[in-house]
Amino acid sequence: MHTKSLYQEVILDHNRKPRNYGILDHASHHAVGHNPLCGDRLEIALNLDGEHIDRIAFHGESCAICKASASMMTVAVKGKTRADAETLIQEFRDMALDRLDLDGQHHLGRLMVFAGVRDLPTRVKCAILPWHTLHAALNSVTSTSTEAADDPMNAPVGSTS
Amino acid sequence: MTSVEPVLESQLASTFDVERVRADFPILKLKIDGRPLVYLDSAASGQMPQQVIDRLVRYQTTQHANIHRAVHYLSEMATAEFEGSRCKLQRFINAREDREVIFTSGTTDAINLVMHGYGRKFIGAGDEIILTTLEHHSNIVPWQMLAEEKGARIRVVPINDAGELLLDEYEQLFNEHTKFVGVMHVSNALGSINPVKQMIAFAHARGVPVLIDGAQAAPHMKIDVQDLDCDFYAFSGHKMCGPTGIGILYGKADLLERMQPFKGGGDMILSVTFEKTIYNTIPQKFEAGTPPIAAAIGLGAAVDYLSAIGMEAIATHEHALLSYATEQIRRLPDVRIIGTAALKAAVLSFVVEGVHPHDIGTLLNQQGIAVRTGHHCAQPLMQRFKIPATSRASFAFYNSMAEVDTLIAGIRAAQKVFA
Repeated sequence: MHTKSLYQEVILDHNRKPRNYGILDHASHHAVGHNPLCGDRLEIALNLDGEHIDRIAFHGESCAICKASASMMTVAVKGKTRADAETLIQEFRDMALDRLDLDGQHHLGRLMVFAGVRDLPTRVKCAILPWHTLHAALNSVTSTSTEAADDPMNAPVGSTS
Repeated sequence: MTSVEPVLESQLASTFDVERVRADFPILKLKIDGRPLVYLDSAASGQMPQQVIDRLVRYQTTQHANIHRAVHYLSEMATAEFEGSRCKLQRFINAREDREVIFTSGTTDAINLVMHGYGRKFIGAGDEIILTTLEHHSNIVPWQMLAEEKGARIRVVPINDAGELLLDEYEQLFNEHTKFVGVMHVSNALGSINPVKQMIAFAHARGVPVLIDGAQAAPHMKIDVQDLDCDFYAFSGHKMCGPTGIGILYGKADLLERMQPFKGGGDMILSVTFEKTIYNTIPQKFEAGTPPIAAAIGLGAAVDYLSAIGMEAIATHEHALLSYATEQIRRLPDVRIIGTAALKAAVLSFVVEGVHPHDIGTLLNQQGIAVRTGHHCAQPLMQRFKIPATSRASFAFYNSMAEVDTLIAGIRAAQKVFA
């Protein structure tokens, strides 16, 4: 996919009007994600009702790719189970790193607009950061970084603590 | 140092032929996605003219062997060319002697050499090191490592909103504990040209040595280390038409002689037994192991190239580029220049209201324009301006006014995407 297609209307729209943007009261899980290379920082808070994500919100300072990714992520995982969210996290990450066959079986749907970051290695982390942070929140890691040695993305998926 | 009389500027403007200069740089003929490359990232790394590329090829094809060792033809040839390059660098910065010019792998390596060779020997518990808010991480982190090891303290010279060092505050930082000053000549992130000569004189009056990080100055203006009277001056080859992996540490001979070696190994010794090693004299004392010989000779060719054009002519053309770009970017709505010092090198850092620098960088790239986005290895400086990052266009003498126009059009186009 050509880089020009990265800044598609859907991404620009989510950047301008991010969904689920703000601070969530009484969250059961939250985490702060940080990309020290560009200064992007965002916080994700969610509430698990049993195994379901019934509420989720994010806020922070970031580029358009990161903000739109966070916005569309919250839309995608709201109402889903923790296990479904972890599947999406893995699939999104694989797509950004060009390890996913987009024509094969997956659950990304509209999130495929981010496939263009595959051609922009310096922007991959922008798109992944929200997913990274969601993974950390679901696994009760309160802060994460794209540069952390103990990268929570490498933690066993679905582990609880 | 860059101040040029107006009459001279107009004379040079008519004689400096940017198109002829551009023809020397094969990479500038590249197209990015079908658009001509507009390379505005020379502060990160400069491009290399054919003359330097040819010199590297000639060395590697007809002159290469290890230096300072064998008696055979090639070794003597390589040694002569390597040492000849040292003399070219000596003249380029007007050092008193060639042994005051040490080949390092770059500015970072040079600063680390001073930290280990001078700092670890002469700076101790309770001593203070003065740095500035503008510094690149490479002139912060080594000193923090030293401070942590020795129990020394870092003091920081603040800046004003224009990105100029506050000299009153600098002078007030001095006390009986002050043992060292490290300051950059030109800010990589903002372009500010610092009054280093004045700062050096003030420090010397109190017996304090000064290291100048010249990575962003050496490619853009005439450097005279004797006139500055700095104790150390560090710069990199790849920012001034030379190869990567080579840089220079200038140091006053008496200081270099009193310092301890940084790296141990071959070439930096006179004799070795398992009981006792006698170190070589300077500069070899600081050049352990086989150096990047080709890169050092390439850097010699680079300063030949720059000198043939003339550092004054280079500074004048770049100043014209900066003035024009500053004037044009100021006309754009919602664009703010970060760094408005009265004395500036050709660096233009800016933020666009409502558009993150990374998005600007990607959208400019789509138009063939290469700028740097991010914190520019100067996080404390970004914190000072309360911004996470900027976009930075940095100009070299091979950039043209037409490229400034392309940049301005590119920023407008990016703004439209986010409108």
